[in-house]
Amino acid sequence: MANQIQRRISTHESTSVTLLLIGVALTYLVLFLGLPLFAVFVQALSKGWDLYWKPLQEPDAWSAIKLTLLTAAIAVPANLVFGVAAAWAIAKFEFKGKSLLITLIDLPFAVSPVVSGLVYVLLFGAQGWFGPWLQAHDIKLIFAMPGIVLATIFVTFPFIARELIPLMQAQGKEEEEAAVSLGASGWQTFWRVTLPNIKWGLMYGVILCNARAMGEFGAVSVVSGHIRGMTNTMPLHVEILYNEYNFVAAFAVASLLALLALVTLVVKSLVEWQAKHSGEPLPHGA
Amino acid sequence: MSQFRAHSVLPGFNLALGFTLLYLSLIVLIPLSALFVKSATLGLDGFWHVVMGDRVLASLRVTFFASFVAAVINALFGLIVAWVLVRYTFPGKHIVDALVDLPFALPTAVAGITLATLYAPNGWLGQYFAAHDIKVAYTPLGIVVALTFIGLPFVVRTVQPVLADVEAEVEEAAASLGAGRLDVFRRVIFPAIYPALLTGFALAFARAIGEYGSVIFIAGNMPYISEIAPLLIVAKLEQYDYAGATAIAVAMLLLSFALLLAINILQWWSSRRGTR
Repeated sequence: MANQIQRRISTHESTSVTLLLIGVALTYLVLFLGLPLFAVFVQALSKGWDLYWKPLQEPDAWSAIKLTLLTAAIAVPANLVFGVAAAWAIAKFEFKGKSLLITLIDLPFAVSPVVSGLVYVLLFGAQGWFGPWLQAHDIKLIFAMPGIVLATIFVTFPFIARELIPLMQAQGKEEEEAAVSLGASGWQTFWRVTLPNIKWGLMYGVILCNARAMGEFGAVSVVSGHIRGMTNTMPLHVEILYNEYNFVAAFAVASLLALLALVTLVVKSLVEWQAKHSGEPLPHGA
Repeated sequence: MSQFRAHSVLPGFNLALGFTLLYLSLIVLIPLSALFVKSATLGLDGFWHVVMGDRVLASLRVTFFASFVAAVINALFGLIVAWVLVRYTFPGKHIVDALVDLPFALPTAVAGITLATLYAPNGWLGQYFAAHDIKVAYTPLGIVVALTFIGLPFVVRTVQPVLADVEAEVEEAAASLGAGRLDVFRRVIFPAIYPALLTGFALAFARAIGEYGSVIFIAGNMPYISEIAPLLIVAKLEQYDYAGATAIAVAMLLLSFALLLAINILQWWSSRRGTR
């Protein structure tokens, strides 16, 4: 008991310092995170439910929602297949240039979203490398949906791979080797041995990838052309409404995206909790 | 082939690596190389002419300065938040912990319009600043606010696991040798978490430099004063000045790589000094 008290005195801060630090941290988080999140919903509902629902029923809003969902539905699976393939190659085999490959996979995180859009304009825009050829064949990539999908794939490129690579590296390859030596085929080994081991890490990557894919603004803004009802995603629709001083409508659409963020955080916490309790802790801790 | 990779009984290497390299090249490497090829068509003189333009220089200065200030704010408060989340318990801690990742999950445009509304002169927070004649929204200060929001999780999430790993024994030993609490922090804990803090700072800084969506709504976007470099890229694109946009993009990339390199060197140097 005396020992306990001694410990408390020597390696813990005094109560007043503790309370002060908690107070500072909470104030900071409330000011920068809590209040903005709260404000989205207050602004959206500031003129009542009727005016909240109306902008969400506009055809332009619907087409923005559909485009956002469709974009994520293509970008996330594409990066999922890539992430699994990259993690399989990197975590289960030894080869030269591996660390360079890992660095290159992270590259899109180092690039401004605006630049992520710009590179596709340089390739496929009217004055781009392939612009004349695309025009001659009447294919529109920029200021159209394919460009939006490409830019979204670019900005969300590393999410799933960088989640799976350290996880699969930490798990090693003994289980897979055992399965193969017992006669399982490659696909059987992957589906029955590897996948169950990485399911939470995979989910984690997918959730974060999806949140970014649905919310991306800068990159998509550059390649979209902002054609209402055609090439506007939800974040771009929010911008247009806001710039038209239609604040309630802007915040109404924004509130859907804020809900998406909240769902993302809840699912993410659940996945972290599940991973911890299933003996497959995610590499980044949590 | 045998030289290129070690032997393994597992199948699928060629398929997995082949697909990885193809996808990486098509989505990332070839498009990014277009950036450098395009800026090369300007020539060094042309590139220099664009980048050294007054308005471009001013926007680069605003971008890097605001990003630096925001990263410093996040380093300081992020450290406190990480400390509180690791060391103390209080009601609602798990919710607070989960909320730290909000800037990763909330679309930047939503953050942008919300912060602009909060910090506008008649907004919930802006009115208190306005009472003291301080304008936040539509000034460089507003840019710092948006970038602080965007970079908030980085320091917390890099410092948190390292801080949790600092062994209690070391602290106890220092304390039993008569070190005060502040001494223990300064001499024992801080050196252990310093590299992670620097990493978080660098990540927040790098993210802030490229940020666009959350900033443009709150910045006011006045040329020379509150116009960020990514916005100038968009403006050049809208005038179909591809070469000009590319030159600014390349300048931004080179500057941020130089910065990250400097921070990496600083980290390498300090970790060497730390382990003696």
